[in-house]
Amino acid sequence: MAHNAVGPAAIDLTVGPNPFFWPAAGVRDFYERMSAAPVARVVIGEWVCSKRLPFWQGEIPLAIDRLRQAGKDVALTTLALITLKRERRLTADLMDMGLPVEVNDLSALRLVPEGASFWVGPMVNVYNEGTLRWLAGRGARRICLPPELPLASVAVLAEAGRAEGVAVEVWGHGRVPLAISGRCYHARLHDRAKDSCQFVCGEDADGRDVDTLDGQRFLTVNGVQTLSQTTASALRWLGPLANAGVGSLRLSPHSGDFAAVCTEYAEALAGRRTAGEAEGTLRALLPGHRLSDGFLAGGAGAAWSG
Amino acid sequence: MVMELVCPAGTPAALRAAVEAGAHAVYCGFADETNARNFPGLNFSREEMAEGIAHAHVRGVKVLVAINTFPRAGDEAIWHRAVADASHAGADALILADPGLLAHAADRHPGQRLHLSVQAAAANPDAINLYAEAFGVRRVVLPRVLTVEEIAAINREIDVETEVFVFGGLCVMAEGRCSLSSYATGQSPNMNGVCSPASHVAYSGEAGETVARLGGFTIHRTPKGQPAPYPTLCKGCFTSGEQTGHIFEDPVSLDATRVIPALARAGVSALKIEGRQRSRAYVAEVVRNFRAAVEAVAAGRPLPEAALLGLTEGQAATTGAYAKTWR
Amino acid sequence: MTAMPRLPRALALAARPLPLTPLSLALTALTRRLTARHPGILRRLGPHARARVLMDVTDAPVLLLLHPEEGRMTAHRRSRPPAHDARITGLLAAFLAMLHGAADGDALFFSGDLAIEGDTGAVLALRNALDDAELDLSAELAAIGGCPAAPLVRFAGLAERLTGYRLRRVAEEGRAW
Repeated sequence: MAHNAVGPAAIDLTVGPNPFFWPAAGVRDFYERMSAAPVARVVIGEWVCSKRLPFWQGEIPLAIDRLRQAGKDVALTTLALITLKRERRLTADLMDMGLPVEVNDLSALRLVPEGASFWVGPMVNVYNEGTLRWLAGRGARRICLPPELPLASVAVLAEAGRAEGVAVEVWGHGRVPLAISGRCYHARLHDRAKDSCQFVCGEDADGRDVDTLDGQRFLTVNGVQTLSQTTASALRWLGPLANAGVGSLRLSPHSGDFAAVCTEYAEALAGRRTAGEAEGTLRALLPGHRLSDGFLAGGAGAAWSG
Repeated sequence: MVMELVCPAGTPAALRAAVEAGAHAVYCGFADETNARNFPGLNFSREEMAEGIAHAHVRGVKVLVAINTFPRAGDEAIWHRAVADASHAGADALILADPGLLAHAADRHPGQRLHLSVQAAAANPDAINLYAEAFGVRRVVLPRVLTVEEIAAINREIDVETEVFVFGGLCVMAEGRCSLSSYATGQSPNMNGVCSPASHVAYSGEAGETVARLGGFTIHRTPKGQPAPYPTLCKGCFTSGEQTGHIFEDPVSLDATRVIPALARAGVSALKIEGRQRSRAYVAEVVRNFRAAVEAVAAGRPLPEAALLGLTEGQAATTGAYAKTWR
Repeated sequence: MTAMPRLPRALALAARPLPLTPLSLALTALTRRLTARHPGILRRLGPHARARVLMDVTDAPVLLLLHPEEGRMTAHRRSRPPAHDARITGLLAAFLAMLHGAADGDALFFSGDLAIEGDTGAVLALRNALDDAELDLSAELAAIGGCPAAPLVRFAGLAERLTGYRLRRVAEEGRAW
């Protein structure tokens, strides 16, 4: 069970659900690689927009089989914003798949069968011990904290999690999910409404960048989701996070050699690379990415401590 | 039946103005990080809250106290104290968002009426029924991402009251689930009760333009002498590829006056006016217009022509998500 | 921008020779009186009371510098603007409309009738604190009387007669439905 892994110096890696709209073949290739990557678990499913799901849902059972054969824990994510009837049915169906569900919209909690345990994703507002305990009481076994939380809050929550048998996970790598909306910004950029979007978000493998009028790189739109344009990285915080009792780092998928990214974090966590070495490799692997870790530092999320 | 008009008060003066202008209920918060309009110079001390509630109650008006940020880990006592103080001061309802705080209030203040804040972003019947069953919440403020048809469908599946925004600032993101502000400034609605905080705003004149920046990020540039709106992040002007413009939302504000009859038919119990940061003059004028509107709707009369445009941001208004085309 | 009355040129010229020192003394007396009679203003300002706010009333001959914490307001020549943390620029009518609650501060800022530079937090805090205080400038001026405020009272009376500015608080109107 997950909480056996909780405790200092026992941080493992969790691959979060893919936020982007990739072709089915790309999805297959990605999870094929993840099955060989040094990660403990993978959360899979459509997280952002239910309209995308028909295009790649056929890949999900194949990926689950592949990942489980490779010894990974697998959970299914709910959507981050559930409004339509169809989306509620979709969420209810997730509960019957025989896998843990990662709740990313609190409404899904009501659909979790009595007595079943579940995971909680970063889109659920777990800011304090009271909420963590309430969720634990309803069956939460893992909680990935909201990415905007500073280290001080993470430490208090990891401690509370230990007392409740809940593994606490922190946003470790990837563009940060900053907002979710009823409106599709990708469609809006193409002068289309959400209902006639023609799936334009599929044109941008890592979302579409938004810069300021002064050319400052700023945000990334991904359909109804808004992400940071920086790639958040907890690389420089591995020691404090381990001391705080954090159980896992969440790595959020992007294009490029993501398996190599996972390897860098695993090596750094195992102490076989210094954070500085891993950062150097990461920068070489990800040209064009800029790193940030301001949220953990308690400041503006876009900032980088290095 | 007349829909309940729930009106903002950032100061005791605004509370009195709202009561005088015809509010059925006024919502306000304490002058600290426990409420989502923790702006400089605004909100109520403990004494002002008690006086405000007494003032309203004498005139038959309710006071709803918003304690709708998410308590900081390790500092929950600050929020617990706010709940206790508001309850003891005689608040008609507490407007809460955080499940942990709701659990605390339901446990320690069992007689206290609880409303679910828009910051909880309960956008479907499952979420609403969850909060109703778990904490006895009696009313839900719906997020501004729903169409009128969706609101009607929600009301058919729930037993608690619904309250919707009809006027004022417009969040384009699901409320309570947005970290854009903290990404640029370190301060967020959820943690600090502020969005695009004034402390991180800088206006400067550059080559005939007024540049408004938030946390160093340019939010808009306007020619000198033109209106330079407050740099709320999601209303900014940005560039993406070949396109430059208001990528998230134009600097418009919500005016759902025309939708009030449809909202009434959709089973909505209460209409909310945004704007605890606005002046008592604004509050009085908007409340007066909306009170006339809800009275007209209840009596089956046509809506009075509301002359509210001068009070909206950038002089333009939208019916927002209530119309499906907004998406 | 909203159509706002402008201070007539004759009046602006009449005010120009006002010696700065007596004017500053009178403004400071007014400021002290306001903060003493309305303690809520400083309480609401909190740490923002330390900010020096320059009021650039574009149709007036001088700049005004407000320093709430020290209870001081001083007049300065346009040619020599003093050091400040925030600057508000606009017509006298816009300042008075905000002060007396005749218009919403946000609306004045959105419409461009008032422009802010520098410490925006301090300006918002000031606006909110003044709005709660429900000030009535004429009443405050009349109540000061005496020597230091005399030039201000005369100026205000003249301005009100000549321009029809709102120098009084707007009474809340009755119920409309």
